[in-house]
Parts: sequence; C-alpha cells; structure tokens
Amino acid sequence: MIEPIIKISNLCKSFGGTKATNDVSFELKPGEALGIIGPNGSGKSTLINLISGFVKPDKGQILFKGINITGMAPHKIVNLGIARSFQMSRPFYNMSVFKNLIIPISSPRARKLRGGKYGDLDEAAIHLLEEVGFERDSQVPYKEAGALPHGYLKRLELARCLALEPDIVILDELFSGMSMSEIASVVPLLERIKKEGKTLIMVEHRLTELFKIIDKIIVLNFGMKIAEGLPRDVMTQDEVTSAYLGSEVKTGA
Amino acid sequence: MRTNLSHRKERIDRGIKVRSDDIFVLASMRDLLYVILPKAIVILAMLILPLLKDVVGMYWLNVLVTTLVVILLALSWDLLASAGLVSLGQAFFFGVGSYIAGYLSFKFGWSPLFTIPTATLVGSIICALFLYPVLRLRGIYFGLITFALPLLLARLIEATKVLGGTEGMSALPPIPGMTGKLYLLMFVVLLTLFGFRRLISSNYGLVFQGIRDNDRAVIAAGYNIQWYKTQAVFIAALPATFAGAFVAHHFQFVGVPAFAMDYSILPLTAVVVGGAGTFIGGALGAVILMPLSEILREFGSLRVVIYSLLLLLFSIGLPEGLFKYVKRKYSQIERLTTMEEVKHD
Repeated sequence: MIEPIIKISNLCKSFGGTKATNDVSFELKPGEALGIIGPNGSGKSTLINLISGFVKPDKGQILFKGINITGMAPHKIVNLGIARSFQMSRPFYNMSVFKNLIIPISSPRARKLRGGKYGDLDEAAIHLLEEVGFERDSQVPYKEAGALPHGYLKRLELARCLALEPDIVILDELFSGMSMSEIASVVPLLERIKKEGKTLIMVEHRLTELFKIIDKIIVLNFGMKIAEGLPRDVMTQDEVTSAYLGSEVKTGA
Repeated sequence: MRTNLSHRKERIDRGIKVRSDDIFVLASMRDLLYVILPKAIVILAMLILPLLKDVVGMYWLNVLVTTLVVILLALSWDLLASAGLVSLGQAFFFGVGSYIAGYLSFKFGWSPLFTIPTATLVGSIICALFLYPVLRLRGIYFGLITFALPLLLARLIEATKVLGGTEGMSALPPIPGMTGKLYLLMFVVLLTLFGFRRLISSNYGLVFQGIRDNDRAVIAAGYNIQWYKTQAVFIAALPATFAGAFVAHHFQFVGVPAFAMDYSILPLTAVVVGGAGTFIGGALGAVILMPLSEILREFGSLRVVIYSLLLLLFSIGLPEGLFKYVKRKYSQIERLTTMEEVKHD
C-alpha cells in the first residue's frame, strides 16, 4: 500500500463566530489529483490557507510525508515541498515577467534541488514560461509584469509554483478569468505534472475542465465536507446539488 | 464612415541614444562623450571640489560635508524603500552611529580610525535588532515606529542622563584635514551609490523588490521575509551609521541633536525632489536642496516658506523626481504624432 503524501485530520478554524473550516479530513496519495469545490464562502480558500500555513488552525493536524506541519511558518512548508498559487494573482509589478520567476527559481528549495549554481537562471525562467504557454520569441517574457493581461498573469502564477519543484501543487482558482483556449493549453501541462508524480490540489468553479484532470473530489459547504469521492458519483448526490443549486421548496402536497 | 485626425504626444529614443547602445559607440567621439560625460562630470566634480578650499571657503566646504551626509542618509532610505520599508526616521540610524562612535572615543579614547568602522558595523547590527520586532508591520505603520524611535531615544538619554545626558559628549578627537575628510566621505558615497545600485538589480536584490511588490508571493516562494527584511535594514543602516559616526568626529561632539528630526526629514525631501528608487535621485536632490537651503538663509524666516513652496512644486509638478525627468530628456524626444481615428457610423 502506498503511504499518503498528505493526511489532514479534523481541521478546524473559526473567524469570530464563523466556522470557516469545520472538522475537515482527507488524505491523498502521491500523484493523485484532488478537486475542492463548493459555493462561495464555503471555506475552500481557508482550507488552502491552512494547508500552506498562511492561516494557523484552531484544531486538527496536517501530516506531510509523515512530518507534522500543523501551524508551521508558511515559508518552511514551501521548502518542504508544498507550493500554492493565489486566487488574486498579483505579480511583482515593476519587474519584467521572467524576472518574476527568478525569485522562486533562486529560492532555498529550488536551489537545493537544482544543486548549486548550475545553469543560467534567466534561461531557466524563460524555459519555464515557455512551458506554461508564453511564446519564447515574443516580447511578452521581457515586458513589465504589471502590463500583462489576466490570462497571462494566471499562467505566470502557475509557473511560479512549478519553479519551486514542489511535491504538492495547490492551485486556487487557476482557471477563473482564463479564456477557453488558455485553459485548453494549460490542461495538458497539468496532466503531465500529475504523471510526473506530483500531487495536485485544485480549487475550481469551472467543473467541466476540472473533471478532466482530477481523480477525486471534495465538496465543501459552510466549512464542512459534505461529500467526497469520484466526480461522477459526487455530483449526483442530493446534498451536493442542493448546496450548488439551492434545495427544492417543499410544498405541503 | 468618418475619419477624425487626433494628435497625441509620443516619446521616442534619440538617435544618439540608440547608436550608443552597443560596442559601436567606440567608433564616434561624440557618441562616446554622450555616454561617458554625465558620469565623468559627477566624478570630476567630486575630485575637484575638496581642493577648492581657497576659492569657496571653509563655510561652503562644511555645507558640502552636510550635503554628502544627507546623500548617505538618502541612499539608506532608498534601499529600505526598495524592500517596501518606508522609513520616517533616518535620524535613528544616524544617532545610533553617532553615539557609538562618540562613546567609544569619549570613554576609551579610541581614535576615529577605529571608532568609525566599529560604529558602522556594530551600529547597523543594533539598528537591525531594534527594528526586528516591528518588521512585520507594513507601510505607514513601520514608518510611524521609525518616526518615534529617534524621539524616544533622545528623551531616554535626557531623562536617564546616560551617555552624557543633555550635555552630550564633547572634545572628541577630530578627523584631521578637511580635504582628506571630504575625499573619505565622497569615497563612501560613491561606494554606497554604486554598491546599492548593483545590489538591488542582483538576484538577491530582486527578493527585496519582491517583498515590496507582493510579500505574500515571496513567502509562497519559500523565503523567510522577516530575515530578508532584517538584512535589508542592516545593509541600509551601514551608510547611515557611518554618516553618524563621521559627523560625531567632524563636530567633535555627540549629543541629543544627533537624533534631531532634520536627519529624518532632509533625506526624505532629497528623495522627493530627486526621485525614489534610483539611488542617484536622492543624491541629486541633496546636491540641490542642501546648498539651496544655505542660500535661502538670507531671507530670514521666509526661508522655510520658500523651501516648502519649492518642495510642494516638485512633488506636484514632477512626482517622478528630477532624476528620471532629466534622464528622459537626455535620452528621449517628445513629438506630436497624428493619428487617424476611423469612426463607423
């Protein structure tokens, strides 16, 4: 049996009186892809923030490769191998696009994995941009990042995660605001990342595209896990449809 | 279908700028001068000015010392700002440097040769330790703490009468010779200026800029930003504490005025006038403002009014700063272009 790469048990977090995450547990094996869905405000982003360490949990435990990372500083979690993207992709505005990637490429983790100073960092950055769909010969990688259109920013965000060579990639609404063709160009990349044995956790609203990639899905509502399983099975459950579409009004008849 | 003609301004690089961009610049004397002259004038001026004691007189050489000190503080401010730390209290760094040099000299009789390097290094470490707890704060909150620190330390020294209390420590050994003194200062200014410019464009400096633009993304790349900010404070404190230690021996006195607001505000105004983020901007601002404020002394109390008006004019009229403006004029021309606007009815 393969040991789970990440094991989350009974995670709880409240903001004031709101239980943003309420007793959530799940585990993932290496190479698995998990989709987290749920209506707005159902605690998807909080769950991601808890895993990546940006928010400390009130209760519960997160084990990553057997190491307890509950409440660990976010940069330490990254260096262990969990990279995340942000829903609002804010680049380093005043730097050119490829310089944006120099920061993750020369980060402690990436430097350790790449081994010393081999290879030109700028070249590595351009290469990575090409992988997520920036045209190498165009001017785009040399433009100021603040001037990029939204779809490019999202892909830059993805490149920034991949630069860290993580074991788990957490993507917070990567597809939102991307055009169909942009999504179509990213999906094969995500499938390849999965094949390389990296674990994916994706928060998404674009379900059709999400289902092409993931193996397993978790549905959150009011901070609680209301369903877990294969996408096809989960989406037909009554509780899930009512969370998404609202429950039918029961008339007295 | 109608067509409207509209005009708009467009900036294009000067021919000479484009020609002098690569190795062929060596083929033409004029192109070569275009590239070298701006830098050469600055360096020549720095080499010649200290020798002009008989021409400009001691008074103006002292103004020059103050100007160079403000440049050092402005450079220090600019480096902090490029890591997203807006300091309103450069006097803190200055005062710490001053007091350490003064104390070592007053108490143990050390010569300036030892007190200045020690005060620079130890002072910068102390400044970094002092600011470490507040580095979590961003923007104006960090600024307010730095604003309060020099005031706090000055009152503390007055109240507890340590380190000479209100009287301060006087009769410190001077640095001999005005010319040598000026050359030392200029050397440090140039070293800091070019060093900082190099540092901030290196991969290491990129992390500072990243923290300024989006600190969460830097954390998400696995950097301990608290530690990087501490390093930024230490590096930025080096020229400022040096300036403090230098001035202590220049005036042969250290006292509460080392924490005076002037040392916080003058570098800030220099950067406002010259332009932030370029390092040279702050230096240019100081070179203009410091002598100007001396000239304005003739106007008595109107001095502050004129000075403030000028500052207002600069921050409204040239928000990008004088340096970026001059640089643009030097390398680009503006011209009107005619655009055809096609309207489909």
